[in-house]
Amino acid sequence: MHIEVKNLNKEFGSFHAVQDVSFEIEKGKLIGFLGPSGGGKTSILRMLAGLETPTSGDIFFHGKRVNDLPPQERGIGFVFQNYALFKHMTVFDNIAFGLKVKKQNKAAIKERVQYLVELTGLKGFEHRYPHQLSGGQRQRVAFARALAPEPQLLLLDEPFAAIDAKIRTELRTWLKDMISELGITSIFVTHDQEEAIEVADEIMIISKGKLEQKGTPWDIYKNPQTPFVASFIGESSLIDNIQCFKGYEDVPTNEGIKALIRPEYIEVGKSGEIVLASATMDASVKHLHFRGSEWMVELEIEGQKLITYRSLEKDVLHPGEQVKVLIHRAYLFNEEKSWIMENPLKVDPLPVYI
Amino acid sequence: MNSLFRSKPWSYSFRTIVFIYFIGLIIIPIVGIYTQSFSQGLASFIDSLSDPLAWKAVLLTVKLAAIATLINVLLGTMIGWVLTRYEFVGKSILNSVIDLPFALPTAVAGFILLLLVGPSSLFYEWFGLDLVFHEPAIVIAMMFVTFPFVIRGLQPLLEELDQSEEEAAYTLGSSKTRTFFQIILPTMLPGILSGAMLAFSRAIAEFGAVVLIAGNIPGKTLVASVYIFGEIESNNPHGAAAVSVLLLSISFLILWFIHKLNRGGQA
Amino acid sequence: MRRLWITLTYIVVAVVLFLPLYKIFTGAWADGFSGFADALLRPQSLHALQMTATIVLIVTVVNTLFGVMLAIYLVRASWLSPFAKRLCNSIVDLPFAVSPVIGGLMIVLLLGPNTVLGTMFNNLGVQIVYALPGMVLATLFVTFPIMVREVMPVLQEIGDQQEQAATTLGAYSWYTFWKVTWPNIRFAVMYGVVLTVARSLGEFGAVLVVSGNIINKTQTATTLVYQDVENFNVVAANGIALVLAAFSIMLLLLMEWTKKRKEVH
Repeated sequence: MHIEVKNLNKEFGSFHAVQDVSFEIEKGKLIGFLGPSGGGKTSILRMLAGLETPTSGDIFFHGKRVNDLPPQERGIGFVFQNYALFKHMTVFDNIAFGLKVKKQNKAAIKERVQYLVELTGLKGFEHRYPHQLSGGQRQRVAFARALAPEPQLLLLDEPFAAIDAKIRTELRTWLKDMISELGITSIFVTHDQEEAIEVADEIMIISKGKLEQKGTPWDIYKNPQTPFVASFIGESSLIDNIQCFKGYEDVPTNEGIKALIRPEYIEVGKSGEIVLASATMDASVKHLHFRGSEWMVELEIEGQKLITYRSLEKDVLHPGEQVKVLIHRAYLFNEEKSWIMENPLKVDPLPVYI
Repeated sequence: MNSLFRSKPWSYSFRTIVFIYFIGLIIIPIVGIYTQSFSQGLASFIDSLSDPLAWKAVLLTVKLAAIATLINVLLGTMIGWVLTRYEFVGKSILNSVIDLPFALPTAVAGFILLLLVGPSSLFYEWFGLDLVFHEPAIVIAMMFVTFPFVIRGLQPLLEELDQSEEEAAYTLGSSKTRTFFQIILPTMLPGILSGAMLAFSRAIAEFGAVVLIAGNIPGKTLVASVYIFGEIESNNPHGAAAVSVLLLSISFLILWFIHKLNRGGQA
Repeated sequence: MRRLWITLTYIVVAVVLFLPLYKIFTGAWADGFSGFADALLRPQSLHALQMTATIVLIVTVVNTLFGVMLAIYLVRASWLSPFAKRLCNSIVDLPFAVSPVIGGLMIVLLLGPNTVLGTMFNNLGVQIVYALPGMVLATLFVTFPIMVREVMPVLQEIGDQQEQAATTLGAYSWYTFWKVTWPNIRFAVMYGVVLTVARSLGEFGAVLVVSGNIINKTQTATTLVYQDVENFNVVAANGIALVLAAFSIMLLLLMEWTKKRKEVH
């Protein structure tokens, strides 16, 4: 289903939960709403479902305005954060509910439920009650129940929040495969960036009721368009005086410019290790943390802290050691604008033409 | 059927009917009695209340209800404690029987008490105490009728009280008595208080259990509800309304306190 | 210490609760079975019991319907502001604080023979006070809060997510209520029904005031007990009291049973 949202607003009393949000979603896409808790993601999802009425703005499904359509008529499936399974019904009856509402005949219901039970790997559990299932199984039931009436849009509110960290990853992959197999347009809400990056085709970053950026995970990671996105996605160190860093001396000092630097754009090494020696500067190692597959290195340069990673293959660094640092790229911003700056020294000042 | 109830007019008329019922049944009668008792002016209202029989009846009711409540607080705290904290034979039967006063018609309760401590009872023969038609009989009746309130108010709080809170107190070197007064009692207090207030407001309102054994001697054992009944019977609804308003206002005040208490407890 | 407390509890419960029960079961047989049967089979006894049954039936049905609906509105309705909900919520409790006698008086003052409304109904050929409608009204007033109080907390506890889930699956309110909400609240409703039956069965003060206690006309089981005692007809009173007490104990058992079922969920 093609979805279009125009200038959506939602106010709860004096609280402006959603502010002027507009976007478009293509058919068959899996979209992740990502942002901190309480940022308005769930409110947008609930307005799409018809469970909440927008204060202003329009929602279009297939180009048709659906604002006045009740949730019953919107052809959506909704997976609730706590699944909201019907406690007094078996797995079978839970999944069959939406079909019974539509007064389908018994044989058809049975066939459809059977298909979904097998699809979601719940075979053998049809006659259990929700309280007899594990968290992951409940999530599958909720998923199957939402899919049963063949919705054209699947909405999932924090679908993995109530599941143990261990099986969460497993379920994520499962859900992604399932949705791409069914080809159904889906939107899920999450506050976990790893989850969003891994599962979604496209991410919308939502914070304080505003849509900050929309794009593929890689796009958002590479080209954050707002300071919030830059700091929210991936890791980074916030630097107040970027002018102290080699290569960034020319950044104007009077415009209140700050910088975000991702760990992977920082190269650290003992003297001689870094090829472009002319672009490096001195730093001291403050702390080292072993992260399983690599070292996390905490550096100090002129009183400013930087975080980066170092491969286990290379020589082990020690706290207090003097090292060389090269900063390849920084994300700069002030109150008016933001841009990405490459280290100008990386371009060899004396190129040798052969 | 389904599609019938989908339409807006249906749901609007449902709402309207429910709220008309609610307003008509609860609000109008209460507003009615207040307006009635002031309908002939404040002077007449004060006049009705300054009848010594009237104010003595109200005073007596409040006094006896307070005594009955106090007894119930003591007994109820003990029973509530025993029924949640200890395991023993017959516990579940005791626990079920606590609600008996809620299930038994109050007139029947009054009647049984009359049989138990009345002039022809074994109790009277053995102890020679003539309780019926005296204040103690009224206290007993009030106590019986309100017996479950404190227990039922207390039990959920005691069940909720985390054992580890007590254990924490012990590990911090607190003695048993100290733990009881500083950890357990504060938890129980809201339950005891709201139970006691419910019991008190029920006791001052009680009629059925009291009317049969109070003797209803004006100025001595005539409680407010019986006084009101007498005024109605002798065709003086205005006098009845005046005392009713006084009694109601006391009850509403208590109810308001309970609401405040419960809300404070949740926050 | 522990032993002492348990013993004391047993003594208190025995004296306060078991002794009266024992007394009522023995008292009714003071004149042998025939005395008990005579007391019960008097025409006024049969009429009074029938009267009580009628009132209990009407009151329970009406207050169950309206109580459940009001509870749903007060918990779920989005068309009521939080303030209005809180206000109604407090007002619901008022009958608990009103002495039954005063409850009866209110109805006499509003609908009695000398009032505007009373005369109006009288002209229409409907007598309210000193007749069945008034007695039903009085009992409705007294028992109204019970159902609301039982159902509201359960509705709050189960939350509205299951209902919303049903909505997104295409179910409308009526279907959602029966298939989703009702199975969750039915034991609370049953508990409320038992309490309402108990309270309306035993209602005395309000009914006495409204009914005028006219033999074979507006007398109920409880007001008959009262009258028998006033007439020093103790054995007869005991017979009716025993029947009422037996019902109460049955209700008490039902209360325990539904309470347990209610807690399972």
